[in-house]
Amino acid sequence: MSLMNWIDDRFPATKMWNEHLAQYYAPKNFNFWYFFGSLALMVLVIQIVSGIFLTMHYKPDGSLAFASVEYIMRDVPYGWLIRYIHSTGATAFFIVVYMHMFRGLLYGSFKQPRELIWLFGMFIYVALMAEAFMGYLLPWGQMSYWGAQVIISLFGAIPVIGDDLTLWIRGDFVIGDATLNRFFALHVIALPLVLVFLVIAHILALHEVGSNNPDGVEIKKNKDANGIPLDGIPFHPYYSVKDIVGVVVFLFFFSVILFFFPDGGGYMLEHANFVASNPLKTPEHIAPVWYFTPFYAILRAVPDKLMGVGAMGASIVVLFFLPWIDRCKVKSIRYRSVIYKLNLAVFAISFVVLGWLAMQPVTETITTLSRLFALLYFAFFVILFITSKNETTKPVPDRVTS
Amino acid sequence: MSTANNGNNVDTGRRRFLVASTSVVAAVGVGFVAVPFLSSWMPSERAKNAGAPVEVDISKLEEGRLLVVEWQSKPVWILKRSKEMLENLLKNDDHLRDPHSENTDQQPAYAQNEDRSRKPEILVLVGICTHLGCSPTYRPEIGPEDLGEDWLGGFFCPCHSSRYDLAGRVFEGVPAPSNLVVPPHYYVNDNVILIGNDGEAA
Repeated sequence: MSLMNWIDDRFPATKMWNEHLAQYYAPKNFNFWYFFGSLALMVLVIQIVSGIFLTMHYKPDGSLAFASVEYIMRDVPYGWLIRYIHSTGATAFFIVVYMHMFRGLLYGSFKQPRELIWLFGMFIYVALMAEAFMGYLLPWGQMSYWGAQVIISLFGAIPVIGDDLTLWIRGDFVIGDATLNRFFALHVIALPLVLVFLVIAHILALHEVGSNNPDGVEIKKNKDANGIPLDGIPFHPYYSVKDIVGVVVFLFFFSVILFFFPDGGGYMLEHANFVASNPLKTPEHIAPVWYFTPFYAILRAVPDKLMGVGAMGASIVVLFFLPWIDRCKVKSIRYRSVIYKLNLAVFAISFVVLGWLAMQPVTETITTLSRLFALLYFAFFVILFITSKNETTKPVPDRVTS
Repeated sequence: MSTANNGNNVDTGRRRFLVASTSVVAAVGVGFVAVPFLSSWMPSERAKNAGAPVEVDISKLEEGRLLVVEWQSKPVWILKRSKEMLENLLKNDDHLRDPHSENTDQQPAYAQNEDRSRKPEILVLVGICTHLGCSPTYRPEIGPEDLGEDWLGGFFCPCHSSRYDLAGRVFEGVPAPSNLVVPPHYYVNDNVILIGNDGEAA
């Protein structure tokens, strides 16, 4: 241990290990939903590693990009595997993050004193969406091109500055080499840096206040003589080992998709993206990759350009304010009213249904349904704000249950 | 902090002023440094020069056929409309947002007419939807199943189902806010259109 002492005198290695792992006391009643935070961290590492190796073969040039992706797929040894890991990783990232966010809604993890954890998390989510969107342009196929065209044009709806803003983002009068090149720079260095810093902030904020749990009670209220929470267990080894089980199960499903359904039936790698980008022709059916579809459905439901873009933006922005929209003091859904349970169920269903609707070709029925479920999506926040102030809740136990 | 310093006769007001003024100067400096970086995202000189006018020979263009050419990297459509198509245009007027092309940003003055063209039968449009920039599909057929019985031919955007008639005029109740753009163009002679320039007649 003398080496460790030598290091500890110069760098807080043991101190950090203890603060964040060996002596970080997490509630003992974590359940299934608590796998997704550590899984998100692992997927981030998978994406960074596979991404670094992809940049070694990819060419961010309007005339070379599409062919360089084909080169990776066909000629680079195991290039197909590295690319599929990266594309499957993108989908996995969003699944894990959506589950992680839903966990927050279930157990009130966004509430006082964890508002900043939630805000950092929301910034991570938005950065992740930007990261995924810019990454999707890089294969330079038809969907890359027209998807980016649509998303960048969203900014054109902003009054007065809209047109100049889109010109500034694209760096050309249409999406072109300039756009591809800068999106590459943002995707491989700028946004990953932002993501990593936000993740660090997210975890530091979490470890400052301590983890929430399925009962939504603060374990720091009941401590033993040594100041250790009675309902807490050290993250390492208890939860590090538990999370390894989660990792194994996760990697099982990840591998099934990676090796057997790498294009995810056209939802992860869209068929139109196997055709090189053509600025003169939009594909017949254009839909975003699945993880953006709920917001896209809201955009499509509104028959007005500015209002549609505004509604889509609002559907994401409103999530930032959740800690202040939900005014109920009780955190966990276990002790909250039937109204909250129903409200949350309808919200989750609306989110999934909106996602499905956005993948369907537009018909009158689809538009009507999109409008209905878009309203239900926003209704969640309105109903929550009104009902949460004086909600009839069950008594919350003093200690965590089982 | 200030109470501890007061014991040492530190002038906190002066210190605050110095901190504030240094911060302001630094912020201005950051602002100046940001200008070149942010400006570097604007179109380069090369991109600006790439939008040269394009000459198109339409002598072989048949009635009802759509020709797509590239100008400033954008799709430009040239459609030769039949008599029937032109007559049908009038029937759409009640269902359009801007039937008389009153939004002057969307076409040059010489195309601000019922057909939105210099010569009634030849329609020249930038083929980019005014909603979110997809390129609509040419759907000349009348009353197809997916577009409804009232459809008299036009352009349908596959992205968000905006609809335009055969003069590029947008219908009501769709997300697109305005008519398709008519680019500056003129006839060099009967068979050749130059896109990207009004000619002296403008």
